[in-house]
Amino acid sequence: MTGDILVALLATVVTSATPLLFAALGELIAERAGVLNLGLEGMMLAGAVAGFITMGETGSDTLAICAAALAGAALALLFGVLTLTLVANQVATGLALTIFGTGLSSLAGVNFTGRTVPALPALRLPLLSGIPVLGPLLFRYDALVYLSVVAAAAIAWFLKRTRAGMILRAVGESDISAHSIGHRVIRIRYLAVLFGGAMAGLGGCYLSLASTPLWVEQMTAGRGWIALALVVFAGWRPWRVLAGAYLFGGVTVLQLYSQGSGFVAVPTQVLAMFPYLATILVLTLISSGSARSRLSAPACLGKPFLAPG
Amino acid sequence: MQRRTLLISATTAFGARLAGARRANAANPFKVGFVYVGPIGDLGWTYQHDQGRLAMQKELGEAVSTQYVENVGEGPDAERVIRQLVSGGNQLIYTTSFGYMNPTERVAKASPAVEFEQATGYKTLPNMAEYNSRFYEGRAVCGAIAGHMSKGVVGYVASFPIPEVVMGINAFTLAARKVNPNFQTKVIWVNTWFDPGRESDAAKSLIDQGADILAQHTDSPAVIQTAEARGVFGFGQSSDMSRFGEKATLTSIVDNWAPYYIDRTKLAITGKWKTDSVWWGIKEGMVQLAPWGPSVTEEARAAAEDSKNRIAAGTLLPFAGPIKDQKGAVKVADGKAMSDDELLKMNWYVEGVQA
Repeated sequence: MTGDILVALLATVVTSATPLLFAALGELIAERAGVLNLGLEGMMLAGAVAGFITMGETGSDTLAICAAALAGAALALLFGVLTLTLVANQVATGLALTIFGTGLSSLAGVNFTGRTVPALPALRLPLLSGIPVLGPLLFRYDALVYLSVVAAAAIAWFLKRTRAGMILRAVGESDISAHSIGHRVIRIRYLAVLFGGAMAGLGGCYLSLASTPLWVEQMTAGRGWIALALVVFAGWRPWRVLAGAYLFGGVTVLQLYSQGSGFVAVPTQVLAMFPYLATILVLTLISSGSARSRLSAPACLGKPFLAPG
Repeated sequence: MQRRTLLISATTAFGARLAGARRANAANPFKVGFVYVGPIGDLGWTYQHDQGRLAMQKELGEAVSTQYVENVGEGPDAERVIRQLVSGGNQLIYTTSFGYMNPTERVAKASPAVEFEQATGYKTLPNMAEYNSRFYEGRAVCGAIAGHMSKGVVGYVASFPIPEVVMGINAFTLAARKVNPNFQTKVIWVNTWFDPGRESDAAKSLIDQGADILAQHTDSPAVIQTAEARGVFGFGQSSDMSRFGEKATLTSIVDNWAPYYIDRTKLAITGKWKTDSVWWGIKEGMVQLAPWGPSVTEEARAAAEDSKNRIAAGTLLPFAGPIKDQKGAVKVADGKAMSDDELLKMNWYVEGVQA
């Protein structure tokens, strides 16, 4: 009986962490390349609505997921043109992108509010899902959940172990140096921003296709901002982003569970605050000292780059 | 600039008095403005207000022209929007959320020639009326169904612990306990009106902890959808949510603002509008129940019909004594019923609520 509860609890944690994980990983890549894109919320909404519309029209989850990534990337491209080519202020442009994405997604979704689509099916991995306790606990989620975890691992490997990853970091740490040894700073930043947009789109479509398979305006309800904060508290490290997203999801769900079980005599407003507090606290502790966390920010984060000469 | 605006509004007011009544015709329709707190596409609160506006527009045809502003924050922005509607020539303005009460009051004092209707607040002026809906009557009908259909534990996804929400939880639980004296309502507060993801997480937690029916006082259809996916039942909120869970939905409490909007706008057009403070319910049609879902049992259907009819007739008062609180102390004695005033200040839970 307690085993069943544990499985159900974990499943809820996973659904609440996955959208955050996607969006935060994408933002991490953009920020490691030195671009601060505050438009996560807008890109997530674009992904959510594009995924939902495609699913409703074609019935294909693969197409829907691709459409969501493309929609997120399309908004990111707009952001790139404004901030990288036209050198507009990144903070202001990012905020504008959130507002634009919110409006655009509402407009695109007008005829789709109130419709439903089938939820993404759970992948039952052949042998693994049959294992008594571990099977239902770990191996019965939809494809996007696995994709998000694989993405975290891949990004960690990419940044640390590959040449391309090192060049990306170099661009974020010192754009001038990277430029002077012949790397194309603007092109690399474009790619990073586009990747960030696609990941935000995936995070958005997880909400509209898997977590609650429906479209309602502004359904991301601020998750873009939480993902943005996760990147900072995780000190721009992919595994910590994963830990942070699951921690946040876990504490959110635990506080809901503890209310339902009725043995907590704490005001619910305090409980609602708890996930944020816990996430900040733990991520601050694991980044061992505030100075180090400050130092780990990419040095060129948010600074515009104009090629000298 | 300012003087000119002043002059124009003074002339309009004078002209209006002179004409006696501001008769509307196709060439010169009566202008009505609406201020919405959320997006129309929320399928809940704001959606239903907009349905009311559309029904009113249809009923009165070319005699009125309506205008709305959505997503207006309940702060300083509201006052600016309301002022804009006034200067845009609107003669009657509906502000459809509690947080608009003070901004509406300030604009109403400055624009005596315009009439204002404010939803769910409590301040009135000669040109500012209040209207509210007895949502708890609908909750009592749902409670009667839940009492018959649940094994004994129902989950309730709630937004904020304000009297309106507490009243709904209590009315629901009281009605269910009349059928099943051991009935329990487990409440989870999500501290938001609208966050489909979190509402769904709360719904799942409640199901995992044994709830076989879900009720909600939040705005998105996520709770019903989760109930359908997990094979339990649920009650929809604000609008008919059965399309999000055909098997799961037992019924939905539907806010029907249309009769009020039609009635009040007609009065304003003919110049007979007077300030008022109304609290309408099932009897007046402001609270409606969506058609019973296919899963509702014969027994529960009969109980629901009976409860609805008796509430409409005034023979069943959802908050009639004896009522005990969570600790078992008698709060309302036998033979007494709570007054509207007491209801609007309700801040305690009845026996059987776990919150």
